[in-house]
Amino acid sequence: MPTVSFDNVSKKFGRVVALERVSFDVKDGEYVCVLGPTGSGKTTLLKLMAGLLQPDAGAIYFDGKSVNKVAAQGRNAVYVPQQYALFPHLTVLQNVAFGPLARGKSPSIALETASKALDLVRLSWRAQALPNELSGGMQQRVALARGLASGAGLLLLDEPLGALDARLRLDLRHKLRDLVKQSGFTAVHVTHDQDEAMSVGDQIMVLRNGGIQDYGLPRRTYRRPANIFVANMIGGASFLEGMVDTTVGETALISLRGGLTVQASSKNLTLTAPVILALRKECIRISRNHLEMENVFKGEIRDVRFLGNSREYLIRIPNGDVIASRQFAEDGRDEFEMGEEVLVGFLEGDAMVFEYPARGLRQELEIA
Amino acid sequence: MTRGFYSAAIVFFILIVITPAVAGIVAQLISLPSLALSADVASRMREAVAWSFVIGLVVSSLDVLAGIPLAWLIVRTQGNWTKIVDSLADIPFVVPTVALGFSILEFWGPSGGVAQLFGASNAVPPGAILIMLLHFAFSFPVIVRVMVGEFLNYRETYEVAARTLGASSFTAVRTVTMPILRPAILAAFLLALARSLSETGATIVVAGAFENGTVFISNARSSNLTSAVVIASLIMIVSSLVVFALIKVFTPRVRVAPLRVWPNLERKLSKSPVVSARNAISLIVFFVFVLLPCLFIALPAVEAVAAGTAREAIAGAGPWKAFWSSMFLSYVVAVLATIVNIVSGLPVAILIARNKFGRKLARIIDALVDLPIIVPSLALGVSLSFFWRNMGALPEFWVIVLAHTTITYSYFVRTMAASIQGIAPELEDAATTLGAMPLRVFRKVTLPLTKYSLLSGAILVFTRSVDETGATSAVAVTLKTAPILLVSWIRGTVPVTPAERALGVGFLVATSFLALVMLRLIAIRQPARKVA
Repeated sequence: MPTVSFDNVSKKFGRVVALERVSFDVKDGEYVCVLGPTGSGKTTLLKLMAGLLQPDAGAIYFDGKSVNKVAAQGRNAVYVPQQYALFPHLTVLQNVAFGPLARGKSPSIALETASKALDLVRLSWRAQALPNELSGGMQQRVALARGLASGAGLLLLDEPLGALDARLRLDLRHKLRDLVKQSGFTAVHVTHDQDEAMSVGDQIMVLRNGGIQDYGLPRRTYRRPANIFVANMIGGASFLEGMVDTTVGETALISLRGGLTVQASSKNLTLTAPVILALRKECIRISRNHLEMENVFKGEIRDVRFLGNSREYLIRIPNGDVIASRQFAEDGRDEFEMGEEVLVGFLEGDAMVFEYPARGLRQELEIA
Repeated sequence: MTRGFYSAAIVFFILIVITPAVAGIVAQLISLPSLALSADVASRMREAVAWSFVIGLVVSSLDVLAGIPLAWLIVRTQGNWTKIVDSLADIPFVVPTVALGFSILEFWGPSGGVAQLFGASNAVPPGAILIMLLHFAFSFPVIVRVMVGEFLNYRETYEVAARTLGASSFTAVRTVTMPILRPAILAAFLLALARSLSETGATIVVAGAFENGTVFISNARSSNLTSAVVIASLIMIVSSLVVFALIKVFTPRVRVAPLRVWPNLERKLSKSPVVSARNAISLIVFFVFVLLPCLFIALPAVEAVAAGTAREAIAGAGPWKAFWSSMFLSYVVAVLATIVNIVSGLPVAILIARNKFGRKLARIIDALVDLPIIVPSLALGVSLSFFWRNMGALPEFWVIVLAHTTITYSYFVRTMAASIQGIAPELEDAATTLGAMPLRVFRKVTLPLTKYSLLSGAILVFTRSVDETGATSAVAVTLKTAPILLVSWIRGTVPVTPAERALGVGFLVATSFLALVMLRLIAIRQPARKVA
């Protein structure tokens, strides 16, 4: 199964820049999730890999060989569009057998491959149905089977679960990953759902305005995101503006806008530089009487959201900022009410510090 | 209110389209003292009708084979020149059919252009082959027009999916695009077939001693064999209806044969030299077998322009005064017939496409819609004149307009019904739940999405109306449309020189062509931004 490399690939549509000087590598058999808001260049990226679009500049390599001049049908990369594009006039089995037939397999081998792929997605019993006789989830599985049976090594999934209802999405995403992994495919899966990306990707790529913001292991992109856009896109956080007061070893004292000083561990911070402090919801603790952490101050509960196994609180802290906290319903944990005065705190090591973005905080967080 | 609207359209359809098309034949059938035919007339008739179907099926198949690649080239090739080809493909529509017959005869025939250029042995004598060449030329544009519309509306995602599954572009088109567009191909095929089965005026010109069904009817009429005319007309109508019904009922049911792919061969066929060769061949076929033969009769017009005849013509001297008033009449009739067609035909097209009022009614109307184009045009003329003579009060001008509506009705409804079927009903449902009234849904959703097909339908109607000769001459008593006048010039009943004759045809072709180009510019260039 192929490795894929992009080397400074750019693509424009008229004056709109879809991708600009994008470089990255996908390893053999890896499952990469590409995450990004609408218009960030996700689909363009897939179509370039599939050979449905040609780059304006830069080169694309499969297994180290440039495929810039290889047409879509010669690439061994199968593109699964968002709406699946199952051929309406062919049966499920014929749809799945299309790839092997198109690649020159004899009809008997093609049908055998197709049957196996249908077994894999447990749809053999619908082999003779026409696509429009199937439910959305089944259609998705047929599209996957068609990709798996195609004999390609690279599977390009464009929002593969986007057309399904929420419950089904949760069920299917792991099945999808397992099937792709079992078959040994290299896969690129485009989505705008960060949970989906985190839970199925070996690697996550975050795109924005045609450029890669971050690319790495899900754990790493969550714990140490490259910038505040990525922090916001993956997991989300409360963002506070401040300035570096003093640094002692790896600890910095940061005075927040509105006059509140907090401690954060961070390297390479310049004194008096404006910074953004990002705090994940689950790192913020709340208590009525006692918290043992580096940073503790008073707060007022402004909103409560019930989420089943957890509660989310919006808390106003003394400098006027509002931060979000998620508290899991463990035994003995207190539950808080609107308007209540509480203690809020977070560990020094849990605060993520970023340089203040040149374009300003709000612009940097904008999704569209 | 919507219901009333559809009902009115159905009543119009039955009263103005179906009844006039067959009333005369049926009335004559009833009034005939005996239906007996002599044995030799009967066998002549059987043979002639059989030939009609052989010619029709062969020609329509060839049309599909040659027309689809050209439509594909027009839609999928980059460059503005394909738009010119697209417009040129309409020219055979705007040559009056009888003039077309003479043009084909003068191009391929024994004393014609081909004979002079390549020797008399290469000429095609009047008969079955020449009829095929004629029918090919006038039904080819029908296929191109319908298929261009379909290709433009087709979503390419299926093809894209097929290509990334490893299919060459030829394979993708053959196994995916064409099967998905099969209903449209079928519709185009049937339109071409109907045209071939019913055309009379031009066919007589090139038939010589040979007889197909329509020529037989015409000959029988000249020899006053009324019962033969009636019987042959009925046989043609009924057997055409049966053939149409069979083709329509059975084609969609044939399950796709086991999917076969020949990757190496088809990959070679997808390579650019092969594609260029294919494009070249379809262009050559179009120019040599369609465009040139159709325009051949108008070629001396160039000389006429040089000799100054054109100036006389434009000044309206001599025979030209009558010519210009005929032209005016033709265009007014064509515009009115097109408008009447759109207004009365759209509801019927929607009704067929969306099974309004139930599946059964939709199927019945669907089958009846083809009636006016499968009735042999001479029989149609007989029927129309019988019907309108008995209606009495209507002025002749309106009789011509309504007769033209009857003649052209199928083209518009067929094209639109096929196109509306191609639009997901969900789009219309979405608009409805957004609070749009049916008319608004149609104007803002259905219409913009079927715009090109609406235009194609209108072009078919307009041009058919401008060039129709046979049936019009049966209903027109004092008024002369341009084709009727030109036929009298070509036949020599009005003395004109060949240059004048060519110029007359040339003017009609040029003005209708200009009208088409303008219609196209208005319909396509207009940005579809206005929402209110």
